[in-house]
Amino acid sequence: MDGLLSEAFIASLFFGAVTAGVPLLLAGLGEQVSEKAGVLNIGLEGMMLAGAFAGFATAYATESFLAGFCAGILAGMAVSLIMAVLCVVLGMNQIVVGIAITLGAEGITALLHHVLYSRSYPRLSRVETWTIPGLADIPYVGQAFFDRNVLIYLAFALTFFMIWVFRRTQAGLNLQAAGDAPAALDAAGVSVTVTRFASVLVTGCLGGLGGAYMATVGGGLFLPFMTGGAGFIAIVLAMLARGNPLWILFGAFLFGASLALTTALQVVGVNIPTDVIQMLPFAMVIVVLLLFARHSYLPPALGLPYQRGAR
Amino acid sequence: MEPDPVGAPDGDAALALHDITRRFPGVLANDRVSLVFRRGEIHALLGENGAGKSTLIGIVSGMVRPDSGSIEVAGAPVRITSPSAALRLGIGTVYQHVLLVPSLTVLENLMLGGSWSRTLDRAATSERFTELAELLSFRVSPDAPVGRLSLGEQQQVEIMRALWHGELVLFLDEPTSMLTPQGVDDLGVVMRRLRDHGVAIVFITHKLKEASDLADRISVLRQGRVVGEVSPGELRTMSPDAIIERVVAMMFGHGGKAEDLRATLVGDAAEPQARQNAVAGMEPLLVLRGGRTAGQRGECALDGADLEVRPGEIMGIAGVDGNGQKHLAEVLAGQRMLTTGSISLAGREIGHLGVAGRRRLGVRYITDDRLGEGTAPRHSLAINLVIKEIGSPHFWKGGITLWRRIHDHARNLIRTYGIVAPSERASLAGLSGGNIQKVLLAREWTGDARLLVVSKPTYGLDLQNTRRARDWIKSIGGNRDAAIVVISNELEELIDVSHRIAVMERGRIAGIVKNRRGARTAIGRLMAGVGDA
Repeated sequence: MDGLLSEAFIASLFFGAVTAGVPLLLAGLGEQVSEKAGVLNIGLEGMMLAGAFAGFATAYATESFLAGFCAGILAGMAVSLIMAVLCVVLGMNQIVVGIAITLGAEGITALLHHVLYSRSYPRLSRVETWTIPGLADIPYVGQAFFDRNVLIYLAFALTFFMIWVFRRTQAGLNLQAAGDAPAALDAAGVSVTVTRFASVLVTGCLGGLGGAYMATVGGGLFLPFMTGGAGFIAIVLAMLARGNPLWILFGAFLFGASLALTTALQVVGVNIPTDVIQMLPFAMVIVVLLLFARHSYLPPALGLPYQRGAR
Repeated sequence: MEPDPVGAPDGDAALALHDITRRFPGVLANDRVSLVFRRGEIHALLGENGAGKSTLIGIVSGMVRPDSGSIEVAGAPVRITSPSAALRLGIGTVYQHVLLVPSLTVLENLMLGGSWSRTLDRAATSERFTELAELLSFRVSPDAPVGRLSLGEQQQVEIMRALWHGELVLFLDEPTSMLTPQGVDDLGVVMRRLRDHGVAIVFITHKLKEASDLADRISVLRQGRVVGEVSPGELRTMSPDAIIERVVAMMFGHGGKAEDLRATLVGDAAEPQARQNAVAGMEPLLVLRGGRTAGQRGECALDGADLEVRPGEIMGIAGVDGNGQKHLAEVLAGQRMLTTGSISLAGREIGHLGVAGRRRLGVRYITDDRLGEGTAPRHSLAINLVIKEIGSPHFWKGGITLWRRIHDHARNLIRTYGIVAPSERASLAGLSGGNIQKVLLAREWTGDARLLVVSKPTYGLDLQNTRRARDWIKSIGGNRDAAIVVISNELEELIDVSHRIAVMERGRIAGIVKNRRGARTAIGRLMAGVGDA
């Protein structure tokens, strides 16, 4: 077991944590935006899957990762458009619609995958990375953080961009008001419907991008149901983060690390049944909930449709 | 009746409404309403529940669109299509319920509503804040989170926001309902100051006393129509009694019935009838000692509350909303447990008992949340009358519901309490507010009641039902077997019905006042946190 402290083990753990954590980070940041505005977006898993499929299929056909990312964003936004129309405009139950979206996206992406590739699972070519000179050679963490695809750097930057948006911009203020006291926002002359609509589209955009990352940079292939609950973990992260993007960053890598543990343990040849190891992230969710959920703060109007005059 | 504008010439008109009509399914909420609001004038709009006041506010603030009619701002015709359009026209509204975001600071709340793409301009906002704070002489800290401010301070922030984009017209919807007597006086000072600054102030109320004290002009709404006006000239020359006489006649039409309602409407009339109780010196029936509870964010918990109520006594609990009244009611009813302290009924400790256990001992609770925790609105009237004794052997046998007994029981109570309903099988949600209140009274006040807790007994009721509910409470007082606790934020109501009045302030009983001449002043001081009992 002394292999557990070796450079190979720790480096591969960090590397895997980043690989598995980035889609959680992207999707979690997106979910945070709509939760702040009062929309509990249970359809996130479906948006990620749609993004994963569209991202992979486009990147495979065009041989361009960038085109894949764009397609993932568009697919995620297309799915979130359904959510926005049904829940924000028509005021339907967010949980019912969210579940329907997730189940629908699972079915449709699996079907499309079958139509396009039959039973084969084509792979993308190697990921292009941006190596940051100097930093990439740091032992343990260099490979994990500084020799990666550009999207990973963007995801980190996005965390700090969101902090700025929430603290310093009118948009951040409007989002928070839409979730905490929508009637107050309405009375201040800002449309709650538009605010929430936009927030759901942002969630779709980031969820789709997270999904596209999984199927391109992350795995390089698309498997039906490949998100495997990542969308739900991102929802939990957003709920526990109390509106602070830094907590999402922290949580995403905590879960990413527990997901990566499987591979890392195999690298050093520790033999634990994979079933046990695969339970880790979900056991982690329960532990984290036990520790932090009591202190979580959810917007008072989360999950409630808003109609002007129905006060 | 057409209002006939006397006094200031129409050149001063800040906002004019012509023949505004708005229909909701089954209701004509505003029926050809024509009103002129003038610069430099405090204009009171009086009316009962359902007179069309809220719809009118909705129309001028852009929340509701009129079906027909026209609106002029400073002489130019306008259409108010949204709240932001209203604000841009200089029409600000302070709503009855606070519309601020509790998690944001004062300044952030005032910045809400700016353009999406902007970063926050704190400097410019601070500047306007200081300017308005000076004009209004408010001393609210701009960086305090709104959730930590008192209701009076929150209202000040709302007034600032309403005036933010210009000081043309200010609508205040029932602005005094959440304030202490001192707070009401302060608001009066602010209103006069703004009037002298040239703002048109429209102040909506159902309290005649306030209207005649504060307003330069009074318009009366009834069933969606403007039914009369008292002009500034008349307000100056008529005696207060004559004004009241005149407005009561407008609100209810002429006739004997109006006389009964007068006392309810004009708070002052209650004082000479203040009630004394003959039970002084008897052993208390209910004793609460050192009651403390744990509160969630934003709730006021009990913080060492002491209360004794004697048998046959009606104990009023006064105080500004949010000073622990809700926790007190729940603690007495058994819905919330004390963290420390004790509570006993007729010498027996009941602190450890839940709702069911206390109900068996005769504890009854009439909540103000009538459609939420009080009833199951979609179920029938009959079920709602037995909902607190589901499974009792009288109505259920071996798990089988004895519908005939339940319906007989309901028909009895409907007759006794004069509940107006199509039948005992009708769903409760279809009943009017007054009748739903009667259902609760009928259900709770049964022969074996020892303690009755009533929270805001007339909240949301119209004048007739308010009168009826208060008379009912008075009629059950003096019953030697039971103690009655009435919690209300309407001081007049407590002075009308109670024997003694306790004032709650920040989770404690700040003092208890015998209900006799001068009680009002003593209570006002206690509510403001400056008095001693």
